[in-house]
Amino acid sequence: MDVSRLPSYTGPLGRIWHYLFLLICALVFLLLIGPLFVIIPLSFNADSYFTFSEGMLRLDPDAFSLKWYRELFGTYEAIRSSRPESRGSEWASAAGNSFFIAICSTVIATSLGTLAAVGLSRSHMPFRRLIMAVLISPMIVPIIITAAGIFVYYSKYHLAYTHLGLILAHAALGTPFVVITVTAVLMGFDQQYVRASYSLGARPLKTFRKVVLPLTFPGIITGAIFAFVTSFDEVVVVIFLGGENQVTLPRLIWSGIRQEITLTILAVATIMVLLSVVVLFCVELLRRRHERFVTRPLGAP
Amino acid sequence: MAKATQPIMIDGVPLKEQLARAERRKKYIALGMVLPLLLFIIITFAIPILSMLFRSVDNPRMVTIVPNLVAALDDWDAVDLPSEQVFEIAFHDLTAAKKAGHLGKVSTHLNYSLSGGRSLILKTKRKFKKIKSGPYREAMIKSDKRWGDVHTWAVIKKVSVPYTARFFLNAVDRDYDDTGNVIQKPEEYRIYVTLFLRTLWISLGVTLMTLLIGYPIAYLISTTPPKISNLLIIMVLLPFWTSLLVRTTSWIVLLQTQGVLNDIMVWLGIISEQERIQMIFNLRGTLIAMTQILLPFMVLPMYSVMKTIPLYELRASQSLGANPFITFFRIFWPRSIPGIGAGGLLVFVLSVGYYITPALVGGSKGQMISNQIAFHMKSSLNWGLAAAMGTILLVAVLILYWLYDKVVGIDKMKLG
Repeated sequence: MDVSRLPSYTGPLGRIWHYLFLLICALVFLLLIGPLFVIIPLSFNADSYFTFSEGMLRLDPDAFSLKWYRELFGTYEAIRSSRPESRGSEWASAAGNSFFIAICSTVIATSLGTLAAVGLSRSHMPFRRLIMAVLISPMIVPIIITAAGIFVYYSKYHLAYTHLGLILAHAALGTPFVVITVTAVLMGFDQQYVRASYSLGARPLKTFRKVVLPLTFPGIITGAIFAFVTSFDEVVVVIFLGGENQVTLPRLIWSGIRQEITLTILAVATIMVLLSVVVLFCVELLRRRHERFVTRPLGAP
Repeated sequence: MAKATQPIMIDGVPLKEQLARAERRKKYIALGMVLPLLLFIIITFAIPILSMLFRSVDNPRMVTIVPNLVAALDDWDAVDLPSEQVFEIAFHDLTAAKKAGHLGKVSTHLNYSLSGGRSLILKTKRKFKKIKSGPYREAMIKSDKRWGDVHTWAVIKKVSVPYTARFFLNAVDRDYDDTGNVIQKPEEYRIYVTLFLRTLWISLGVTLMTLLIGYPIAYLISTTPPKISNLLIIMVLLPFWTSLLVRTTSWIVLLQTQGVLNDIMVWLGIISEQERIQMIFNLRGTLIAMTQILLPFMVLPMYSVMKTIPLYELRASQSLGANPFITFFRIFWPRSIPGIGAGGLLVFVLSVGYYITPALVGGSKGQMISNQIAFHMKSSLNWGLAAAMGTILLVAVLILYWLYDKVVGIDKMKLG
């Protein structure tokens, strides 16, 4: 039944109710993504207010400017000279830290997580539920407890205020997503492909490389994206465990909001919204690819 | 006879045993693949968390710094002033602690339970120098009257136990009195029960609001043709993938008194320039922002349940004469309840442990339990209390996840 179209026999009351329903839905969708898109035009504000100026509403080109982006990339001389402490380079180094920590922790989380998922999806796995509970726990424990515990414990081993400490912590936080997505893909995986490969003379390692890996690759990449985003977005552990050399993008936004919120933050936020559009696009692409695979039975063209 | 029926392989090993061996080998291989991650999680995550939670009962400070005094007070009845012998031990232990530079830790520790405890201990730094020999009892009382007070000694005895439930009692606004009975704290110090309750109410409120506004769109998405519903799903997923900090920032921009929403209302003439509404940095801000941020976690599980409801049954119901309302409440609603359960539990459990959003938009009235834990970790440095509150929070969350596992199955958690 297509609820967006009304059958011809609908009465007037039904009609009113129907359009009311669609209006409610439209408002909810506005609530969902409206806030994200409000900040995009505001980040081009030529003034330093967090609201649309008269000029912006009139679409006056002078009311728009790229100055907050220039400050972000450290090229806006006027701002730089008047406020020497707010140099754009701190955003650049924060972005560098974010990417470095996220990439390293993603590599660890994805490799360990994929291997574990392969083991977990075998029917011979003993203590499956117990092990699964432990592996998923980083996703379940409230983040403040994780951050506090990791900070106290890592300090003992001189891992606090180091990149390595953050990478290990973020890798632990990312693994549950890898384990869950890859296990899900492997559970839907048709074991006949493996048997076919064996019967054609391939050894287990070759079978894994040539048959299992290509088929489960979308799942692994999805898991990796989850792990990456988990680390890239994470701020609480960074607040506890990161020193002044481990300031990441979320950490900088956090302190920016707490001290003095500037429009530079909106410029960063806009870039991050665009980044999430890219991520969403990749994940959707992978999901559709995967759906095509699992819905096609063995032997079908 | 039995042996004859059992097939023997060429190498003389029974088939059954060979099969068992092969099974065992496969088991070890599977376990071997899981082991690296299991060890990694245990070392980098589980042990740190457990050792943190252990602090909620651990009370090692006095036992390690003034061990003899702790042992001596163990035998003391806490009714009369301790004997000369105890005073002597106390004098020597405190002097030794001073030499080792640990007196500050003892004073801080005592100060949690005894107001003025810090100054009492730190005073000994100067005063004890003058005491050359016994009787120590009189000399110590002369140096500070409070040493002659049974209450002082009772508190020292109380804070010296190696394991304590004190932090848990503190976390629910209770404490021990001198004789070891559990009492409620004075009214002005009772803050944590209120905070736990507020966390509960905020989480319930957020869950209900996400359900209320999430249900219609989940219904819409699951009943429209794929072309439109794919687009709608993407609109739900976009905020899901966007950084939490970015979404919180955008709420600050929208809701602050000089922000976009107030501007629009002034412009429309709904409110005047002077009556701009304070919509953020209070409880309202926390509720609004958390509802929007957690909405996808409600919509996605509901959608995945709703899309399994066959639409021809709705058509059948209508063709048999039921009006749309009856069709909805008799056919669609009952089958969508598992989705409500899944989404509701997920949103509730996520909001109970929420930290970032309340910290940034909650002001003082919109803070939750996580924020108080962070305060005790970073500012007041009362880690024992933080651990006790964390343990209570974690136990609540684990119970909720256990429920979630029963209702939905934890590895079926919908991820995007």
